[in-house]
Amino acid sequence: MPPTFPRLLLAHAAQRPHAAAVREKDLGIWQTWSWQAVAQEVREIACGLASLGFKAFDNLAIVGANRPHLYFAVAAAQSLRGVPVPLYQDAVAGEMVFMLDDAGIEFVIAEDQEQVDKLLECRETRPALRHIIYDDPRGLRHYDQPGLLSYAALRELGRAHDAAHPAFFTASVAAGQADDIGVILYTSGTTGRPKGVCQTHASFIAAGRGGVETDRLGPGDDIMSYLPMAWVGDHLFSVAQWLVGGFTLNCPESAETVMNDMREIGPSYYFGPPRTFEGLLTAVSIRMEDAAAPKRWLYAKFMALAQRVGADILNGRPVGALDRALYALGNALVYGPLRNVLGMSRIRVAYTAGAAIGPDLFRFYRSIGVNLKQFYGQTETCAYVCLQRDGDVSLASVGTAAPGMELRIADNGEVLVRGVSVLQGYYKRPDATAEVLDADGFFHTGDAGVIDSHGHLRIIDRAKDVGRLNGPQGSCQGAMFAPNYIENKLKFFPQIKEAVCFGHQRDEVCAFINIDFEAVGNWAERRGLPYGGYVDLAGKGEVLALVADCIAKVNADLAAEPGMADTQIARFLVLHKELDPDDDELTRTRKVRRGFVAEKYALLVEALFAGKAEQFIETQVKFEDGRSGTVSATLKIVEAKRFAPVKAAA
Amino acid sequence: MNAVTQQEIAAAVPVPGRRIGEVILDVQNITLRFGGVKALTDISFDVREHEVRAIIGPNGAGKSSMLNCINGVYQPQEGSITFRGQTFRHMNSRQVAEMGVARTFQNLALFKGMSVLDNIMSGRNLKMKSGILAQALRWGPAEREELAHREFVEHIIDFLEIQAHRKTPVGRLPYGLQKRVDLGRALAMEPQVLLLDEPMAGMNVEEKQDMSRFVLDVNDEFGTTIVLIEHDMGVVMDISDRVVVLDYGKKIGDGTPEEVRRNEEVISAYLGTSH
Repeated sequence: MPPTFPRLLLAHAAQRPHAAAVREKDLGIWQTWSWQAVAQEVREIACGLASLGFKAFDNLAIVGANRPHLYFAVAAAQSLRGVPVPLYQDAVAGEMVFMLDDAGIEFVIAEDQEQVDKLLECRETRPALRHIIYDDPRGLRHYDQPGLLSYAALRELGRAHDAAHPAFFTASVAAGQADDIGVILYTSGTTGRPKGVCQTHASFIAAGRGGVETDRLGPGDDIMSYLPMAWVGDHLFSVAQWLVGGFTLNCPESAETVMNDMREIGPSYYFGPPRTFEGLLTAVSIRMEDAAAPKRWLYAKFMALAQRVGADILNGRPVGALDRALYALGNALVYGPLRNVLGMSRIRVAYTAGAAIGPDLFRFYRSIGVNLKQFYGQTETCAYVCLQRDGDVSLASVGTAAPGMELRIADNGEVLVRGVSVLQGYYKRPDATAEVLDADGFFHTGDAGVIDSHGHLRIIDRAKDVGRLNGPQGSCQGAMFAPNYIENKLKFFPQIKEAVCFGHQRDEVCAFINIDFEAVGNWAERRGLPYGGYVDLAGKGEVLALVADCIAKVNADLAAEPGMADTQIARFLVLHKELDPDDDELTRTRKVRRGFVAEKYALLVEALFAGKAEQFIETQVKFEDGRSGTVSATLKIVEAKRFAPVKAAA
Repeated sequence: MNAVTQQEIAAAVPVPGRRIGEVILDVQNITLRFGGVKALTDISFDVREHEVRAIIGPNGAGKSSMLNCINGVYQPQEGSITFRGQTFRHMNSRQVAEMGVARTFQNLALFKGMSVLDNIMSGRNLKMKSGILAQALRWGPAEREELAHREFVEHIIDFLEIQAHRKTPVGRLPYGLQKRVDLGRALAMEPQVLLLDEPMAGMNVEEKQDMSRFVLDVNDEFGTTIVLIEHDMGVVMDISDRVVVLDYGKKIGDGTPEEVRRNEEVISAYLGTSH
């Protein structure tokens, strides 16, 4: 029988019943589920759902943080040939109702009261939502809405059902087919409404197997599960690879404790979007600035050495004996303790993806001995297109085609993909499916890229984001403008949280900057600079000068790169509010919605290009509870220092 | 979490339920003078079991003094306080604590240099049976006792969602979180009545919402009776069952939020002048 995810789970339970499958920190103590316990709990949940009327090919929405019970719910739905539909837990009711409607959801498993409240709100407009099952009963004691059921009660129902129909569970797992849809993941939708991506068991298992074999993952490896379950990356790593490879899943105590919990578990396998690695580095930088002078000196010296030779040592390239000895000393004094603080002491393989990573950031982790690699993929390809192999890691590329995948570059530069992990289609959207899947079975990724002579794929930008500056007087085609490329350079500075560059069909490049409140706030406190909250801090002259310094460095960088000198930043302003997914400015995976931001802040964009000195703006903001208010400020526009292009040395 | 721990936790948590019951605390004709100044004049009101009872009033109305009388910090010259059928001329702080009344403070009174965990553990002080020497040596029964108390405290930490700050010295936390730790320490006493002195003072909208949620959850999950002083009228009207209004040390209103809102005297004395 070809494998499905439930069959993989049962195989682990049979082969290694007592090995640790899942851990979760609860009340300060790590609790462990063995494979046998997981299989039993999944069986109970599946039977419980069945007794409530959940059938094959029904969709089960799952909404909440990375709780083991919610992962079990994924497997339970699949055991019944149903389809789990994980939803982003921070979506507001209005967004959620769209997906509940689109996927025809009647059953939901939710984490807690916060989610239940949202779902009940959704149910007012969508009464088809019959069953809401919640994991954490806190605050829900007096809810008497029909169809509300606790996770514990569901298990109870399941045990009764299982006792009455002992053959039911085994039979429904056996009935599952590898080409059944195994999950529907909603794309975060950088443009337009979210679409449900249907992936079969076979494609996610192939994607999981490719990754597990490439990196030789298996029992004994530990992974931290902390990214939204609705994100394809989490489904690949924490569900597909978990069940294919049979390693241990570790769920943190809460979203805020991830760093602490990581230190305790010491995962051997880790992945995070560039933003997470950036956040960790920012935290380290802040603490280093607060450290005593001798420590700062030691850190600076050894980090310089690591920058020089660390990556080569990790890549197995020849390095001089003296540098090797110094690096070993640095490892004992700085890199080792630093990896320990980051919770990365045991890391064998770490991945990043989801957005282009700044080269400096990437080099930092590799230089201290963290085997950080890149992969490339999207929801439509199970996040499985390209992988970097050990010893063949480069900063600019995302690696070669993964096993079972085939790459091609279209005439307009767009990356096309065919192979085991490509989606079956968008849920109930044949029109949208036809737009991205061509007659030859190639999926159109929407990314612009090039394949180099060694077969490495290099992603430049989103195909639609790449633009051109206006040329000098008369000529219509100026320099190529890749906004993400410049923004990533900016975001490497710990003081800058987010940046948005504009330049397509303009004469020059201008930028919006979001300061990192934590880093800049700390910086201001150490200088005795008083401020009254985010808006005030963002408008301080000293802060603008700080940001101007960062931008000058980026401009110097750009001036030195061929073809990039014209895209130096001419002017910038520091936004008075953080770009936020609740205001639709970022996607739920925290990518900038470029078009939306340009439209919403058109006033500011025009002021930037007109070269005004300042601009007043009033902005609507939405709070987490759905209420809204306004923030207003007068923003100063600052000229950035630009550099003459550096001519290549003769 | 395995089944055994779940049962243990269920056993550790006081009986839940929120059915407003009999009068648990009855304050009769309290008058409090500081020399010639009358801080409270002939105040009477009662608090029923499991309810959320708010005391409101403009600055200097005597709200904190009222709480301090119940708490035994101040000793009123006239009047009596009846708690669970026992009547007192005045209370004594330790006795009050032993009877199951806990409080938080308007100006936080936490141990700034100690961790969140230790601060909340200090709220278990009255529940600890073993002597100071046995505790210091973590000897035999003292160790087992500490483990049991620690588990209870972990439950509070989970409840208040401050797991990330378990080991952080309280002085390093932002104000809103310190307030939460203060509440956590009061909860550690497993109080029957919880006195909250301006739990939301100085907070932003989001912090106020979080705190309101926690106050309601405490009331709901543990059935704790809550007496709170609050300035934010929105919060008071939203979360309390009954409201007492004080002005210049006199009671000028008492009833449900709707009744108080309609009370002419309250509108002119409090809402009218401050809004």
